[in-house]
Amino acid sequence: MEVLYNVLINPFVEMGSNPAFFIKVVWEGFVAGTLYALIALGFVLIFKASGVFNFAQGIMVVFAALTLVGFHALGIPAYVSLALAIGVMLVLAISVERLVLRPLVNQPDIILFMATIGLTYFLIGFGEFVFGGDPKVMISQELGLPRGIYRLDLPFGRVVIQKLDVAAAATAIILVAALAVFFSKTRIGRALRAVADDHQAALSVGISLNQIWVIVWFAAGIVALATGIMWSAKSDVSFALQIIALRALPVLILGGFTSVPGAIVGGLIIGVGEKVGELYWGSLVGGGIDSWLAFFIALVFLMFRPQGLFGEKIIERV
Amino acid sequence: MTASAATGGGEVMLKVDSISLSFGGVRAIQNVSFDIIKGEIRAIIGPNGAGKTSMLNVINGFYHPQEGSITFKGETRQDMRPYVAASQGIARTFQNVALFKGMSTLDNIMSGRVLKMNRSFFWHLLHYGPARDEEIEHRRFVEDIIDFLEIQHIRKTPVGQLPYGLQKRVELGRALAMQPDLLLLDEPMAGMNLEEKEDMSRFILDVNDQFGTTIALIEHDMGVVMDLSNRVVVLDYGAKIADGTPDEVKGNQDVIDAYLGVAH
Repeated sequence: MEVLYNVLINPFVEMGSNPAFFIKVVWEGFVAGTLYALIALGFVLIFKASGVFNFAQGIMVVFAALTLVGFHALGIPAYVSLALAIGVMLVLAISVERLVLRPLVNQPDIILFMATIGLTYFLIGFGEFVFGGDPKVMISQELGLPRGIYRLDLPFGRVVIQKLDVAAAATAIILVAALAVFFSKTRIGRALRAVADDHQAALSVGISLNQIWVIVWFAAGIVALATGIMWSAKSDVSFALQIIALRALPVLILGGFTSVPGAIVGGLIIGVGEKVGELYWGSLVGGGIDSWLAFFIALVFLMFRPQGLFGEKIIERV
Repeated sequence: MTASAATGGGEVMLKVDSISLSFGGVRAIQNVSFDIIKGEIRAIIGPNGAGKTSMLNVINGFYHPQEGSITFKGETRQDMRPYVAASQGIARTFQNVALFKGMSTLDNIMSGRVLKMNRSFFWHLLHYGPARDEEIEHRRFVEDIIDFLEIQHIRKTPVGQLPYGLQKRVELGRALAMQPDLLLLDEPMAGMNLEEKEDMSRFILDVNDQFGTTIALIEHDMGVVMDLSNRVVVLDYGAKIADGTPDEVKGNQDVIDAYLGVAH
């Protein structure tokens, strides 16, 4: 009985008794969720265009952030460094297409997946060689990211919100919206879906696979840069950051590997779910559930809806 | 169709010259040459594994032959690239229907217009002005194809849900949307029932007749091949064993041996 009470009733009583705290928890979850959504978006873009799970997405986040900080360390102004970092992501996209994807056209997906693992280790080594292995501080102030807090006085109490979190959420939302429009309203979007469905058929109508790949890898690079800035503004720029990419995996399973809206909704569900779950239910099993709750949710989803919330229904005709 | 095309009097649209293609030790095509005359329907036949599909893949640039050359519209190349082939006016269908399964019939056929759309990203992004006019114009063209192929009722259906015969028709529609000069059809009637075959035959003849599209097709149904084509080239084990009008080919001893087998 007591267990049931602790699971089903007590958490809600707590939420009701301290609504300001509850709102703060949900907000934190929301912010984490938008960042998960950003990472997931990077995966979705590349998965849609090439049917490949890009293992290197996490290291791309680190690499992009390091590049930005690295340029600034040379004495280049922050916004110029940002532009240069975007340029580096373009060069990376073109190089990946030329050196990795093009020689592997028409190979099974698993081979491309292995290639992205190789790319991960290359970027780790190259990044450490160029920038060194020690953690760096994100140039958030120079980039004009707000610091400090907002105090919201609500009728039932005071909620404190970091300005940086607001900026992070806003950036994520703008970026996601821009990419969603780009890929659904332009002919590039149709070409992208075509490439995702069938490489050969896409080639036969004259879609240039190489061009599409460069575009999506570049888009994924920009997403990685934005993620890197926002995430490292909260801690610092280090190679450990690439692990957060793996935390976007449950988001992908939840939202569907091929869906942009899925990445967003999935990210928010996981982000809010983790925080709320940890704070209100975590103590029942000794805490620390935010590290595995997302994977548990994903597992349940896999059993009942393997294509995810928004994934394309898998149609197989025999 | 005209007798002049059948006898080789017309303008040559495509010529493959001494093509050899091998994958490692497997020789898929050995020293094959033939041409396709503008306006004709050219059949490529042969037993399974004869190299017919490989030949189409060479023509449309998926495979790059080790030897030989391809002349299309007067330009000779060592090998084709898919993008070049598509932009020069070569469209094709596939033996195992290669459609964009998640998209509707309409979107599939629209994808055939990709190369015809010229407006920049920027306009498409705004979805306004010239880009919108362009979209409407292409849409009209695609609707005409849909009417032509009598698939109005499945316009919005995701093609993955369609029966096989209709999928083949949508695939033909996508190829037609490219307004090709040369249309390559890889077994357009495989797996179809008699009625579907008759429909498809009619569409192929109409395309050839109304749009003047030159067609190269691979087909196993001999009745269809004999009825549709002006000239036939026969491959066996990667080599050309006969080339001529359907009647000539039908009477050729090598062809009969290849299809029926010979006692050794």
